This record gives sequence, structure tokens and C-alpha cells, in this order.
Amino acid sequence: METIQIRLENLTKIFQQKGKEETVAVKDLDITIPAGKLIGLLGPSGCGKSTTLYMISGLLRPTTGKIYFGDNEVTNIPPENRGIGLVFQNYALYPHMTVRQNIMFPLENLKFPKEEALNRAQKYADLVGIGHLMDRKPKQLSGGQQQRVAIARALVKEPRVLLLDEPLSNLDARLRLQTREEIKRIQRETGITTIFVTHDQEEAMSISDEIVVMKDGVQQQKGEPQKVYDKPNNMFVAKFLGNPPINLFEGRVSDGEVLVGEMKFGTSKGKAQEVMVGVRPEGFKRVKQGGFEVHVEFVETIGRDTTLIIRNPLDETKTFRAIIDADERVEADSKVRLSVKPNKMFLFDKESGELV
Amino acid sequence: MLEQKHNIKAWIYLLPALVLLVVFTFYPIVNAFILVFMEGYRYIDGTWTGWTLTGNIRYVLNSQLFWDAMRNTLVIVFVSVPISVIISLFIAVWLNSIKRLQGTFQTIFFLPYVTNSIAIGMAFAVIFNRDFGLFNLILGLFSIDPINWVGTGASWGRAMTALMVFIVWNGLAFKIIVFLSGLQSIDKQYYDAARIDSASKRRVFLKITVPLLSPMIAFITITSFIGAFKEYTAVVGMFGENLNPGGGGRNMMITIVGLVYESLGQVYPGATSEAAAAAIILFFMTLLLTLFNMYISKKRVHY
Ligand SMILES: Nc1ncnc2c1ncn2[C@@H]1O[C@H](COP(=O)(O)OP(=O)(O)OP(=O)(O)O)[C@@H](O)[C@H]1O
Ligand SMILES: [Mg+2]
Repeated sequence: METIQIRLENLTKIFQQKGKEETVAVKDLDITIPAGKLIGLLGPSGCGKSTTLYMISGLLRPTTGKIYFGDNEVTNIPPENRGIGLVFQNYALYPHMTVRQNIMFPLENLKFPKEEALNRAQKYADLVGIGHLMDRKPKQLSGGQQQRVAIARALVKEPRVLLLDEPLSNLDARLRLQTREEIKRIQRETGITTIFVTHDQEEAMSISDEIVVMKDGVQQQKGEPQKVYDKPNNMFVAKFLGNPPINLFEGRVSDGEVLVGEMKFGTSKGKAQEVMVGVRPEGFKRVKQGGFEVHVEFVETIGRDTTLIIRNPLDETKTFRAIIDADERVEADSKVRLSVKPNKMFLFDKESGELV
Repeated sequence: MLEQKHNIKAWIYLLPALVLLVVFTFYPIVNAFILVFMEGYRYIDGTWTGWTLTGNIRYVLNSQLFWDAMRNTLVIVFVSVPISVIISLFIAVWLNSIKRLQGTFQTIFFLPYVTNSIAIGMAFAVIFNRDFGLFNLILGLFSIDPINWVGTGASWGRAMTALMVFIVWNGLAFKIIVFLSGLQSIDKQYYDAARIDSASKRRVFLKITVPLLSPMIAFITITSFIGAFKEYTAVVGMFGENLNPGGGGRNMMITIVGLVYESLGQVYPGATSEAAAAAIILFFMTLLLTLFNMYISKKRVHY
């Protein structure tokens, strides 16, 4: 099967409702999605993920901008001719058709011979592991099974592009994990260029070759998940990625030193100014000497990690988190010395939130 | 304990409706069944001369007027119902798909529903008038000579055609409204999915719209069949109380309910029992067709 690159050029979608102000759902999106890759489209609710996906599928017309599949512009091509598979947020399985009829429906529309359609439907049903449920109606399936039917229906016509709109949101934690690995496997096996929409950062990080983080319809950052995590462009991305979330402190740069209150977090070559200092929980390390002393309120040990919940010296009512080696023994309500790993500290502009 | 109390309460709530049903529905039905077996019943003084098992039924089955009524009724049932269901389905789908003026068109299509059938029937009688009717005027544009649809001496075929047009049109409003509300409750996402699945308009209609609307279609079809079996007002509206084009006494357009009324109007002994016999034949025909309809919908309707 040929794989294909998707390119979005200045894609903008403005919703105009009668008598109401307009909503800019997506703004100037410029993204290239390499052929055969799985891209995670990530952002908080209402940031324009579904809108972007629907524009790529053709169900929504962009207000301005262009969409290319490979070298061909498809902006004005209706969805039925775009050769895409789409898995809807709530599956949209036809309730009156059996699983087999649901999966065969796209093939019948494309006038496949009956025999071949049946075989193909069975092949893709087997691929997603629902081959034994072909005669059931969607209502007689569990959420996870329905979701696989939806994936099989999207895959069966062997589309050049597969779009998934929060396909795992209705599943329980275990099934989520299992299904997302399955999606990854299927994507690898078929090599279909895939866009996976989610607001769950962990899901996006674990499944994607690259992630695109969006906010208010605007792209914030794009790159390999680990790189975006390690090097966020701005405070929004830093806050959005990571669980437990990044710690943010009001601090300042002076004389090449990064200070939070009286604590010295590290050094900076930047000019002297007020900044927001971001440190991920795993960015702290325990030291015997140097660093700074903090008051540990609680200690949580979960599996491999020991999390220290530490009183924030700048504000007695707040705490922050540091994850240290589980071998280290720390008592609750005690004092420890910490320092910040040099490459795990980010300085953000106080106003714009951009990295300084 | 608790459930019993609830039961009593439920019965009390139901009582007013039950009383009305017993007085005006169950009692007359039972009465009709008794009347069928009475011989020489006179409703003026309530006397009868004896009992008979099949006498009244046989009398009705042997009368030419009954078979005229049967023929007219069956034509109305099996021609007008399918036509009007299909037409209203298409209109509803069309209405649902347009964006501009949808409200205006909805009002236009719903108007007949709030208008009296007899009045509409009289209007249609004028529309089908031979000399100045709108219908012939339009036919005239295509150089077709005026046709005598509903005037004195009009043939059965023409009178029936005019009647069909009227009945179909008169029944559209309600069906369209029901179908439209059904269409609007179908999740739009199925249509999005169908577009992604490259379904043609025709296949979307046949494979998505019709099945998802099938509960409504079944409901409308069954109630329309029952209504058509009882058709009478349309005939009166169009042809007057004599049920004949241009008046006169031939009762050419009579229906079974028309026959029941006709018999009830007679005073000779046994006339009431004949009406009851016709009514009961109608009852069983309606019941049979409804059972058949329900059997079909069990297999074909997706709830
Ligand atoms: N048909 C519409 N008319 C008007 N505004 C719309 C329409 N569809 C979406 N919007 C607006 O566009 C913005 C983006 O919506 P979108 O559905 O793309 O968000 P999303 O990122 O998919 O969110 P979620 O994670 O909750 O699904 C929202 O502010 C939403 O209110
Ligand atoms: Mg969405």
C-alpha cells in the first residue's frame, strides 16, 4: 500500500453562527505529517482538535488554507473521494447493521464484488480481534469491541489516511492501554499515515511518532514526544505534558544565578529579570551538601518512585513535588537538601510564557 | 403491601378514562356483536323477532352495495396508503435537507392538518370541476380536453382518481410531520460516517435513513391502513352525502363505513343488524391486516 504525506497549509476554521460572534476554532495551522507516521494531536478540550480532523477528512470546509495529500491538493474534494478512514469519537456504528454489515458497508459503496468484500471484512475484523462477533449488532458489544469495529470499518477500504478522534475516551483504564497498543501495532503493520486526537497527554506520548500540541486553535509545538517533553517551547506545553505536572515557581535571574526566594536553583546566561522557573518532579535530586534545604511534609512511595511533597518556601500554603530514587529513605516532616539537575530547569517569560 | 397500594392508586387514576372507554367503546362493540345475531331488530322500539347465526352476514355478503363498498375501500387502502407514505417520506427527507425556508415549507405542508377534511374535500371538488376546475385548466395547458372528474355521469375510474389525489394530499401533513421529527432525531454522525464510507445519496437513503426511520414508517403505515379502512369523510367531502359524482342515488363511491351509516339510516326491521354485520366484517379485515403489518415490522423494523 502506498503511504502518503499530509500537509496542512495555513489552515483556519472560523465558525460563524447567526447573531453570535464568530469562533476561531483553528488558526493558521501549518503542519506536515510524514508518510507512514502516527501523529498525536494533543490539547485541552475545545482547542480545535476535532475541527482539524474534520477538515482533513473533508466533513468541514476550512475557512482559509489548503490541505495536501502527497502532491495533490484535496481542499475542495468531498470526503467520499478522499480515501480516508475516520474513527469517530463515539464510533458512529450503524445501529441497525451487524458488525459484518458495518465493516462491509464502505466496500459495498465502492462496488467491491461480494466475495472479496466478505473476505476483506473478515480479514480486518480478525486483525482487530473481533472476527468472532461478526453477526452481532453494535448494541450487543462492549465499548472496547465497538471501538474495534469502528477501526475495522475505517481500515477495511485500506485508506491512505487514518484519522482517529479520541477513540479511547470511552474505555476503562486497562482496555485503553491494551487498545492503544493495538492501534500502534495495526498502524505499524499497515503503514497508514495516522492522526490520533486525544486530550490525554500520556496516551499521545506513548503512541505517537510525533505529537502536535494545540491551544485555542493555535499550534504550540510539534516534535517527538520525548523531545517536546524535555524541551517545551512555552509554559503551556510544559504544564500540559507530564504527570505529575511540572512545578512552577516565581523566581528571578540575577548575576547569572537562578533564584527562587533564597534558593539557588541553577545558573543562567540570560539577562537579569523576573521569570517563571519550571522544574519537573524528576528534575530534583537529593544532595548531601550544597543545593538548598526544604521541609518535606509527606512521602508517597508508589512502586519504583518515592515522591516528596515539599512545603513551598515562597508560600506556606502550597506544596511542590520531587521524585527521587526509591532507595533513598526520607521521613515525613523532615528536612532534606535538594538541587536541580541543570538540564531539567526551564525559564519562562513571566508575561508571554515563552522560553527565555 | 407497597405494590398493592400503588395498584389501587393506578386504578383510580385510570378510572375516568376507563369509564369513558366502557361507555363509548366497549359497550358499543359488544352491542354490535350481539346485534349481528338478531333477526328483525327495530331500533325504534328495541324489539326483535329471533336469533340467527349467519343470516345478517349472509344478507350483507349478498348485496351488490356491499361489494361496491368493499371494492372502493380496498382501493383506498391499498393504493392511497402506499402512495401517500412514500410521497410524504420523500417530502420529509427533502424538507430535512433544505436549509433556507424550511420553516415556511413546514407550515405550508402542515396547513391541511389543521383544516377540516370536508371543507378540503369541497375545495377539491371545485378543483376537479369539469368546466372551471384548476386541474382541467392545467391539463388544458398541455392541450388535453376537459375531463369530467367528479360531475354527473363521471366514470368510476375518474371519480376514484380524483378521490385518491384528495385522500393522498389530505393525509400528507401528519405523515410529513411525523417523518420529519423522526429524521431530526437521527444522529447526524451516521450521515458523516456514511460520507466517509463513500455512500451514494441513494444508498444513504436506502441503507441509513429508511432503516433508522423504520419504526416511524411502521407506525405511520399501520395507522394509515386502519384509517383508510374507515374512510368516509373524504368521500362525503368530495361527492356529498349521496356518495355519487354529481349527486343522484347510485352510491358509486360508497365505502364500508359509508354503508354502515347508510344502513343505520334505514328504518326497516333488521337494518341495524346489517350495519353491525358490515362493521364487524370491517373490524376483522382491519385486524387481519394489522396483524400482518405487525408481523412484517417485527422482521424488518430496527428499534
Ligand atoms: N459547529 C460549530 N459551530 C460553532 N462552533 C463550533 C462548532 N464546532 C466546534 N465549535 C467550536 O470550536 C472550538 C473547537 O472545537 P473542537 O470540537 O474542535 O474542540 P476539540 O479540541 O475537539 O475538543 P474536545 O477535546 O472537547 O473534543 C470550540 O470552541 C467549539 O465550541
Ligand atoms: Mg473533539
